[in-house]
Amino acid sequence: MAVPTKIRASMAGGAAEVKILMSHPMENGLRKGADGKLIPANFVRNITVSVGGKTYLDAQWGGGVSKDPYLMFRAKGAKSGDKVVVTYEDNAGEKGSAEATVS
Amino acid sequence: MNAMRRNVLKGAGGFSALSVAVAAGLLKPTQVLADWNKSAFEATQKEAAMSAIGGGSAEATDKITIKAPDIAENGATVPVEISANLPGLESIAILSEKNTNPLVGVYKMTDTDGYLSTRIKMGATANVRAIAKAGGKTYTAAKEVKVTVGGCGG
Repeated sequence: MAVPTKIRASMAGGAAEVKILMSHPMENGLRKGADGKLIPANFVRNITVSVGGKTYLDAQWGGGVSKDPYLMFRAKGAKSGDKVVVTYEDNAGEKGSAEATVS
Repeated sequence: MNAMRRNVLKGAGGFSALSVAVAAGLLKPTQVLADWNKSAFEATQKEAAMSAIGGGSAEATDKITIKAPDIAENGATVPVEISANLPGLESIAILSEKNTNPLVGVYKMTDTDGYLSTRIKMGATANVRAIAKAGGKTYTAAKEVKVTVGGCGG
């Protein structure tokens, strides 16, 4: 299932400031629902971010990342117009990607 | 042997060679794209999680700064900013030491300025710990966050 992903990337002081906000429940499998049963684990566990074809960030996540994950970092050497590509995979192996352009 | 190697080199970029390997059952699909350190993420003690990511003997440093609230009212969403001012930075890992599974995330970083901002869940008042790999060594720093209402369930 595709994860709605917002990406904002803009140049700031010679680097591209990349902000990513994903819409995902990030269930860690430890929480109980209203019926008292455990809610099954459902979290994004791999995310990579490339800018201009170069991978700047390659992360592994556990269930301890907050719901609707937010991430910000700065990519040195990136430039305005570069394409930002975010790829992700959840704990069930579902994959997806999202793109934006550095402004 | 040689002919096969030639075919692989000639016919295929990495992608189709990889597809063949998947089809042949040599690699599970999940292993192709994603590498996930199961033993580290499923560890229930911070020491086990730290050693599973190769940070068991990390050296304390003031080159890593952690910005997080002193008191977090809601443990479900604790903003954390980490700056690792270390040459040759390879990765930053974030732990919330008293979570059921302390390891939150491992971020491999290339050509960034060593800064990372994210939001984590905290089950209880605990140290937020960062472990950075740089130049073949591991470094660590921690900051205590008091949590009013835990955010991990269970």
